[in-house]
Amino acid sequence: MRVPLEWLHDYVEPHMDAHTLAQRLAQTGTEVERIEHHGVRGGENFVIGHVLTRQKHPDADRLSVCMVDVGGSAPAQIVCGAPNVAAGLTVAVARPGAVMPDGTRLGRAKLRGIESEGMILSERELQVSEEHNGIMVLDVDHAPGTPLLDVLNVATDVLVLEITPNRPDCLGIYGVAREVAAATGAPLKPAPWEQDPGSFGELDGVQVAIEAEPHLCPRFTARIFDNVTVGESPLWMKARLMAAGQRPISNVVDVTNYVMLLSGQPMHAFDLDRVAGRRLTVRRARAQEQVQTLDEQTRTLDEQMLVIEDADGPTSIAGVMGGARSEVSDATTTLLSEVATWNGPNIQRTSLRLALRSEASGRFEKGLQPEQALWAQALATRLLIDLCGATVRPGTVDLGGPGPQPATIRLRDARIAGLLGMEIPRERTRRHLQAIGFLTVDAADGLDVTVPDFRRSDITREADLIEEVARLDGVDNLPATLPASANTERGLTARQRQRRRAADALAAQGLHEIIGWSFTSPELAQRLRLSDPAPALTLANPMSSEHSQLRAVLLGSLLDVAQRNRARGATRIALFESGRVYHHDQPAQLAPERLAREPHHIAAILAGPLRNATWREQQPRHADFFAAKGVLAALLSTLGIDWQVGERLGGFLHPGRSAQVLVGGEPVGWIGEIHPNVAANWDFEDTVAGFELELSALPLPGVPSFQDVGSFPEVHEDLAVVVAEQVTAGELVEVVRAAGRPLLAGAEVFDVYRDSARLGEGHKSLAVRLDYRAADRTLTDAEVMAQRQRIINAVQQQLDGRVRGGG
Amino acid sequence: MSLSEKITELQAAGAAAANAAANSAELEEVRVQYLGRRAELPNLLRGVAELPPAERGAVGKAANEARKALEALIDQRAGRLAIEELEARLEQDRVDVTLPADPLPAVGRLHLITQTWREIEDIFLGLGYRVAEGPEVESVYYNFDALNHEATHPARAWTDTFYLSDEVLLRTHTSPMQVRSMEQQRPPIYIIVPGRVYRRDSDVTHTPQFHQVEGLAIDENITLADLKGTLQTFARAIFGPERNIRLRPHFFPFTEPSVEVDVSCFNCSGGVTAAGERCSICKGTGWLEILGSGMVDPNVLHFVKDSGYDPELVQGFAFGMGIERIAMLKYGVTDLRLLYDNDIRFLEQFA
Repeated sequence: MRVPLEWLHDYVEPHMDAHTLAQRLAQTGTEVERIEHHGVRGGENFVIGHVLTRQKHPDADRLSVCMVDVGGSAPAQIVCGAPNVAAGLTVAVARPGAVMPDGTRLGRAKLRGIESEGMILSERELQVSEEHNGIMVLDVDHAPGTPLLDVLNVATDVLVLEITPNRPDCLGIYGVAREVAAATGAPLKPAPWEQDPGSFGELDGVQVAIEAEPHLCPRFTARIFDNVTVGESPLWMKARLMAAGQRPISNVVDVTNYVMLLSGQPMHAFDLDRVAGRRLTVRRARAQEQVQTLDEQTRTLDEQMLVIEDADGPTSIAGVMGGARSEVSDATTTLLSEVATWNGPNIQRTSLRLALRSEASGRFEKGLQPEQALWAQALATRLLIDLCGATVRPGTVDLGGPGPQPATIRLRDARIAGLLGMEIPRERTRRHLQAIGFLTVDAADGLDVTVPDFRRSDITREADLIEEVARLDGVDNLPATLPASANTERGLTARQRQRRRAADALAAQGLHEIIGWSFTSPELAQRLRLSDPAPALTLANPMSSEHSQLRAVLLGSLLDVAQRNRARGATRIALFESGRVYHHDQPAQLAPERLAREPHHIAAILAGPLRNATWREQQPRHADFFAAKGVLAALLSTLGIDWQVGERLGGFLHPGRSAQVLVGGEPVGWIGEIHPNVAANWDFEDTVAGFELELSALPLPGVPSFQDVGSFPEVHEDLAVVVAEQVTAGELVEVVRAAGRPLLAGAEVFDVYRDSARLGEGHKSLAVRLDYRAADRTLTDAEVMAQRQRIINAVQQQLDGRVRGGG
Repeated sequence: MSLSEKITELQAAGAAAANAAANSAELEEVRVQYLGRRAELPNLLRGVAELPPAERGAVGKAANEARKALEALIDQRAGRLAIEELEARLEQDRVDVTLPADPLPAVGRLHLITQTWREIEDIFLGLGYRVAEGPEVESVYYNFDALNHEATHPARAWTDTFYLSDEVLLRTHTSPMQVRSMEQQRPPIYIIVPGRVYRRDSDVTHTPQFHQVEGLAIDENITLADLKGTLQTFARAIFGPERNIRLRPHFFPFTEPSVEVDVSCFNCSGGVTAAGERCSICKGTGWLEILGSGMVDPNVLHFVKDSGYDPELVQGFAFGMGIERIAMLKYGVTDLRLLYDNDIRFLEQFA
């Protein structure tokens, strides 16, 4: 909403500059997006001139050399290119030094050899209109040398306001003036529609019928004007329209726009002679019905939309745009002014469906009140009489009439204080409410407040009134107090703490956290070579096909980020993400009562050197399965979770270097090297290893119970076992641990050794470190030996292993 | 020379030699020479047995004392030499302490959004709030209807909001958890809801996914002044103790009254930097808009009246802020999209 201050000042004069006013408005709830300047800057070099003589330029056919009286002792010589310049005209002159609206500063100039002391201005040069075919001609009675600003409103600051959807009453200059008056304390002048030259009662000359349901068209009014002379609007009106962002067209059209900008109520002017049958009907459009709008486009309608038709069919799309057929033309002499109230949501829908937004639809869709229709009729009547020479026929078509009786709401003093935390004296409350047009009557515990019709839809409850009082009193004056939280549960939940610890553990391992998109591409499953992907959750209105599904895994976004970083020269990749993924058993069945499952995953990938090379380690190891396993082990150890590797996986993973991750025997994710063909899809030629777990499926940490480890010494020994190649370290350790109970406290493989000559083809030696401990005594050699023998026996019997070097 | 004199002389000589020893090796030679198996002093002690009984006592005692004294002296001297020699050796064992560490520290970072997220959480945890979480794939009911959005509210449009079906969408704010939480917990309730939200918007200042923190406090007598105090505490914790906040009336469908909250710019004073220039962070206004808030609209409470939220009996405030916006303001990040680009050189900047 553009508010030229020059226009606003007709109704309220707060005597403050635009910036101060903007601040004051912001503090009372009207957001000022920006302040613009319209028209000339600094008026001193713009004056009225009288053209004394005009002669043809000796060296240019299209230029004239004029002597112009600009009020000084001697006339100024000005070269002018306009065809309409002539002796005797009163014109606007920019003297050297003048700053034009576009910011250029005028100097003395020579035009084809002739000195020009300034410029005779066109309307466009002054931003009064877009007219540039000739110079602007002013009334003769202005004396030469008079400052132009005294004569014409060609300079104003413009407030560009953001009107919130609850305030359609501020979509007009006068509504904003009411806010300004309330916000600044400046008096508000009477509404410009209070004096209505028109009359009510039967109107001859047109038949109007509303076939649409009343809620779609709560009010429809019309008046008829005869003897209309279509022509140009006066300069002051053109200047105001331009400052408010409307291009002047003709006096009649300009009046309709001016009325809308001032009152907030859009209106439409029909050439009554071109209204077939002199009758108008408001009805729902028929499916696929077509209408040609003012912009010469053919629009196809549906049955939810409303049209206004005459005897020959639809002439306009109600509330959105008029039709070409009954448009006002230069030949128009009889005019029908139509001002109606339309259903906001319906207009919004129509405008969205047709992708057709107008100043009118933008106002109607906010929901205007029926009373406003007569504001516009009154304003239009006066302006058509004054500016277009029109005479108004007696009577007004008025179907629907005004809205419901105004509501009266009790506003309790105590409730204001209770909600705001600050007492506001009743007198102040009353003053604030009256300033914005509310009526107040004293009640026992507060005020009975009657809501003005133009705020009918916004203010329906006590809380709404309290907001009005609060914003005008200044919410910024409130004290700052703290509530005493009375929550019974406090702090993070165990699950939330686990999530934090998990991320911290991975960062401590040197991995950077990334945040990827929840959106993913339908191609991801294929790029990951998933043979049987679960059906994905798909957006009905994605912004792009690459972002049309919700991710079911984190690996995709990690690979994307890794690829981008690698392309930018990062050799060492160590990244993790902790976030939600989105699953549904049957995406087609997605419904409010069957929403998605949103498990929280944590995933990491490693590629390139694990560490940066140093002066002592020129060739650091590169990422592989075991590097990823180390990170995973650190993560799960931090979370206090026992885990094992399970079956190898394959698929998008290296078939020989991947495994399920098992916790409590259940799979919770995978670990492995990404299959080289999959990695290649993200431009990786080297090994990419990683893991992904369903973090929210992991057990929460219990409270570990203390175990005495310090009272009696441990016994350590090593055991080297030769086993067949296919026996895994995990199997060996499991057998050792089982047979080592109860004295064996720990067993870890620390060496793998292959030597077919000494160990035999297809065999390997695994060295295991054994720790024995008892909580209640020092172990004897005999005890340890016996336990060790049981281990050796078990390895022999269960794994066909033999102990190397004695045993 | 009497035996006593001999003892004294040996002790003196031994002491002199011990003191003269320049290092542990020489001292060890002195020890062998004077106290070893073939040395004179021990031999003298052995010879005591051959003395007349009357002399044995005195000589034996003298010889023993002399031996012990010399032993003590040599031990003491050995100790001192050991220390000196270790010090000398360590002095030689120098490294260039300015060489890089090995292995280089593997420093991983939490994403700036996570860091800011936690920072915000921790402030409100300290104020006694809980952290609640809710679904991102959400119903139209919780996202719009129960939050008093009119059927025609523009945010509902398919141009603005991601839909999965007519009734299911990607939540456009964390506010649906207001009603969900109140359904689950009777008043009083003090929660914040951090999480991911979505809007169909993509330009320099918008990404289709971003993060918000919702706040909700409902109790018997919570006021707008309490909201101001809470958000002032928050703003000072995040942006520094000198900060002030400013409330500006605004409009949101689910709060009444509604206010937008600005925090005084941390980069300037009243819009002008210390260098006298127009502040680029607050664009010369001296204030930074950080969040929207207000008193929970009675219409919203009506949806959860059965859970004990009678608008005549309880009231409270709600607020919602963008994590990215807070992070960008606090850390001076100029382009929102950097947060989703995940360039390692960007990520590693934020310790």
